[in-house]
Amino acid sequence: MDRVKTRTLSGAEIVIRCLQEEVVEYVFGYPGGAVLFIYDELFKQDKVKHVLVRHEQGAVHAADGYSRSSQKVGVALVTSGPGVTNAVTGIATAYMDSIPMVVISGQVPTKAIGLDAFQECDAVGITRPIVKHNMLVKDVRELASAFKKAFHIATTGRPGPVVIDIPKDVTQAECEFDYPDTVSMRSYNPVRKGHAGQIKKAVQLLLEAKRPLVYSGGGVVLSDSSSQLTSLVKTLGFPCTNTLMGLGAYPGNDPQFLGMLGMHGTYEANMAMQHCDVLLAIGARFDDRVIGDPANFAQNPRKIIHVDIDPSSISKRVKVDVPIVGNIPDVLDEVLKLLKDAQPQAIDAWWKQIGEWRARNCLKYDRSSKIIKPQFVLEKLYEVTGGDAFVTSDVGQHQMWAAQFYKFDQPRRWINSGGLGTMGFGLPAAMGVQLANPGATVACVTGESSIQMCLQELSTCKQYRLPIKIVNLNNRYMGMVRQWQQFFHGNRYSESYMDALPDFVRLAEAYGHRGVLVEKPADVEPALKEAFARKSELVFLDFLTDQTENVYPMIPGGKGITEIILSEEL
Amino acid sequence: MRHIISILVENEAGALSRISGLFSARGYNIESLTVAPTEDASMSRMTIVTSGSDDVVEQITKQLNKLIEVVKVVDLSEAEHIERELMLIKVRAGSKEREDMKRMADIFRGRIIDVSDNTYTIELTGDGHKLDAFIHALDPGSIVETVRTGASGIGRGNRVLRV
Repeated sequence: MDRVKTRTLSGAEIVIRCLQEEVVEYVFGYPGGAVLFIYDELFKQDKVKHVLVRHEQGAVHAADGYSRSSQKVGVALVTSGPGVTNAVTGIATAYMDSIPMVVISGQVPTKAIGLDAFQECDAVGITRPIVKHNMLVKDVRELASAFKKAFHIATTGRPGPVVIDIPKDVTQAECEFDYPDTVSMRSYNPVRKGHAGQIKKAVQLLLEAKRPLVYSGGGVVLSDSSSQLTSLVKTLGFPCTNTLMGLGAYPGNDPQFLGMLGMHGTYEANMAMQHCDVLLAIGARFDDRVIGDPANFAQNPRKIIHVDIDPSSISKRVKVDVPIVGNIPDVLDEVLKLLKDAQPQAIDAWWKQIGEWRARNCLKYDRSSKIIKPQFVLEKLYEVTGGDAFVTSDVGQHQMWAAQFYKFDQPRRWINSGGLGTMGFGLPAAMGVQLANPGATVACVTGESSIQMCLQELSTCKQYRLPIKIVNLNNRYMGMVRQWQQFFHGNRYSESYMDALPDFVRLAEAYGHRGVLVEKPADVEPALKEAFARKSELVFLDFLTDQTENVYPMIPGGKGITEIILSEEL
Repeated sequence: MRHIISILVENEAGALSRISGLFSARGYNIESLTVAPTEDASMSRMTIVTSGSDDVVEQITKQLNKLIEVVKVVDLSEAEHIERELMLIKVRAGSKEREDMKRMADIFRGRIIDVSDNTYTIELTGDGHKLDAFIHALDPGSIVETVRTGASGIGRGNRVLRV
């Protein structure tokens, strides 16, 4: 008789083995009581590296930034109770932007569940509305298949975060380890191919269009179909606009690119959106920050083709004429095949119209200012980094200026919290980006309010020698809040001013980094050059910028595209 | 408009709260919800009665389909279907009312399933309108307690919902 004796593994060992099977390079986490056995197993091996953050929110954002910039799955590990509640903001951020992520949370022992045990919380209940899926694994024999499923669900279809909650006793219990090769779920089978008839109809519409527009979003970035998008736009000779999440999917410097659209998008992109006769929407979702009021948008008739992997994104806010549910690269490949010998309409008149809109020069700002203009810093950042940096951002005015002024030519270079709008995202996300792309230039564009929300991660940056360049646009206001208060609340700046700001230079130094204060426009470029030349150091650049500067153009919240406000400079 | 949605869902812990949570998070109505395992114990069948415009109901079915544990979703009210609901109603039945109450139950084809000195408990099955009609036919003062299951639905003829 064969005596093949398989060694049984503990749940904690199984967790690590699963991560190894999934070729996970980094786990971002913070230890605690419920995950001690898992940490013990992490300690005993060196394939999966652990990055110790200073707060669980940072762990999840870092895993998120890692994923966004690398096409890989981000993995975070947190303990029960406060560990998982601290992770909630990060999970919701990833969920809103459809980022593939696996979050492992410890749980109190199964026998203690429901008894208000120390550091107990209903992790599955709390995270249910902000995950693609979550599960509580109560039996060690189900652990391996739970991991296989989690990675499968996170990465297929419309991606998203998956939480695996593991009680402490399950990490101690033992069983044989067998990592499944495949997953089969009768309830989950995402589509790939688009409907051939619908694709034909779409191509027909595209060829008949007189005022066409291609509008693409984060779905193109996530599905790595930026090359198909670019060839499609080139083949057709159509104008193209990207959402905030879609920037970089189409080269930002190309003449067919109209810039970002939406609340702070360019005049030409927004006008083209309103006045086009055929709109090809790809991996975008017509959200409120993009088209504003759907009733206003519907005033101009147009045919809409919408390609998306998630059927629930189609006809959610705007009625669509030709829905195509499918994986974007598969659908675009089919469209490109059908377009091979086709001849689109001449659209010279449309380009002429777009040229007139462009001539409004909607991003113009005062270049002679004696005070540093934030837009100027971003233009210089673009020049100094040769357009080749990974740029993460926090949320607010600086985020919009970065989106407007940094011309992203490649996907996965612009890393920001578009859906949830999470202040504090930028720095920890930059850590993940830097670890996923060692040697790359990583800039975190932030503001003095946002940076303070996850500031503790400066310490993590020191520990792992992450040479991120922090570009702090310090206007001593929560700039976007102040702007809305100026426009819509009679200049009453209620609680949007921060008194007693820290000395960021000394703060950076206290964490062991270099800090630089920049107060004059003439010093902007030299300071950036010097900072980016320091390849192995984190440099915190504190730019004192104009307190009164606003982000233009602006479509006020809830209003239509036609109600766009342009800068008083124009 | 009223819609009756049938769902086949994996019989797993938390599946029900995922579905009810979806309705509350997205602001959809639930008029009633029933759930129990099917002949295949690994799966449950759920019937949700909801109301909303066609656009809203389209979103509801799409969002339900997105849930990982949901196997199939169908809007039964799109075509011919049958609905039934069970009500248990406890009514006053002292010596004076006993005869009348028995007759009323008979008219509605209800069955008296429990008797005490001063109450009857009547079991009544039908669509929601029939159960409403029975309640309205009674003197409100005579009703002690009611419990209703909410509607269960099934398609007519060859219209089936299974894996």
